[in-house]
Amino acid sequence: MTYKFDFGVLLPYWPQLLHACLLTLWLATTAVICGFIIGIVTVVARRSGLKFLRAIALTYIEIIRNTPFLVQVFFIFFGLPTVGISFTPWTAAFLALSLNCGAFSAEIIRGGVDAIPRGQFEAGAALGLTPLQVFRYIILKPALRIIYPALSGQFVLALLTTSIVSSISAEELTSTAQLLDSDLFRSFEIYIVATLLYFALSTIFSFIFKGIDRVFFSYPIK
Amino acid sequence: MIRDFGLLEVLTILQGMWTTLALSAVAFVGGGVFGTLVALARTSAWKWLRVVTTAYIDFFQGTPMLMQLFLVYYGLPVFGFHVSAWTAVAIGLTFHASAFLGEIWRGGIQAVPKGQSEAASALGLGYIDRMRDVILPQAIKLSLAPTAGFLVQLIKGTSLAAIIGFVELSRSAQIVASTTYKPLIAYGLAGACYFAICFPLSRASAYYERRFALKT
Repeated sequence: MTYKFDFGVLLPYWPQLLHACLLTLWLATTAVICGFIIGIVTVVARRSGLKFLRAIALTYIEIIRNTPFLVQVFFIFFGLPTVGISFTPWTAAFLALSLNCGAFSAEIIRGGVDAIPRGQFEAGAALGLTPLQVFRYIILKPALRIIYPALSGQFVLALLTTSIVSSISAEELTSTAQLLDSDLFRSFEIYIVATLLYFALSTIFSFIFKGIDRVFFSYPIK
Repeated sequence: MIRDFGLLEVLTILQGMWTTLALSAVAFVGGGVFGTLVALARTSAWKWLRVVTTAYIDFFQGTPMLMQLFLVYYGLPVFGFHVSAWTAVAIGLTFHASAFLGEIWRGGIQAVPKGQSEAASALGLGYIDRMRDVILPQAIKLSLAPTAGFLVQLIKGTSLAAIIGFVELSRSAQIVASTTYKPLIAYGLAGACYFAICFPLSRASAYYERRFALKT
């Protein structure tokens, strides 16, 4: 092998890479929170009595889940401006990721709500709990407990998905790596460093989420 | 010159759809072969083999697929392998699929009750017979739903090959979008093509999930 590895050239750029990591985290966090809200609305729509609302919610979920994120991003960033709706790369990235997370969150939340037997609401009311107490202890906590692992997994997935928005040059970790690549011509080293940064981020967050799970959701089931 | 969005443009996108299907098939078959090895290593009796495969799976599940493709695409020439974009993408996707399928099938293998493998050992079956005739047929059945689900992820994932310049469905749509200046139709059509491939698979996954969930 004649190629000489040189990671040293990247050293002066570490503040830039750190900043890029924060941007990636920021995009993932805001989009996941926004996606969660969209998910709740979608679940409410899917359970509503109006047929057209149910149809809209289902169409939204199926379209997002069965097309690639890249095409969704391109559609929003390059497609919509031709009908007069244009966004900055960052807004388009945020919008696409939120809509994407919304569809997947909706399926997760639906699973949690469906898993609580109806009898439990009635039992709570029979015990003389107020509606608020029923919601808090009988619906919210068990439902959160069921969907928590999937929901925290969703955040890590969103974190990894953000790398795709580099294709519309929204500023985050991957696009920063591409920028450094065009300056330094050290593709392999740069992408190794970027990959390790993503790996560190996803590992740290998986670890934190596991800790939260142990503290808040660890009471025995039976 | 700006072209009209005509039959030629539609055919270009359909041609890309064909490439996407071929690429997905190669990655799924390659990933299936290596994924079986990963699953067997992950459930092996040797601890070091389990540790190595766990790290392998964690790496692929903890890094973006785009980065994995970049590493293969820019990494292979560094090690002296000058390959086409086709080969690089196929290798990258195979690695990716082997880690995910390995983890899914590991779950399937471990879901088969332990008594079965003990009974098979008691009957004098060796490791290979035990796996081939007793464990794997049941494990495959249990893993059908998540496998179909992952296949959808993989097909959607092949779109990332467009970013390193490989011409498949997404890249064809990109080319058509820039020659006709009708990105809304081009990406809409590409999205519809992906949907046509992925939707039946998603339905199959949901069907298998319902069907095998009843038994447990």
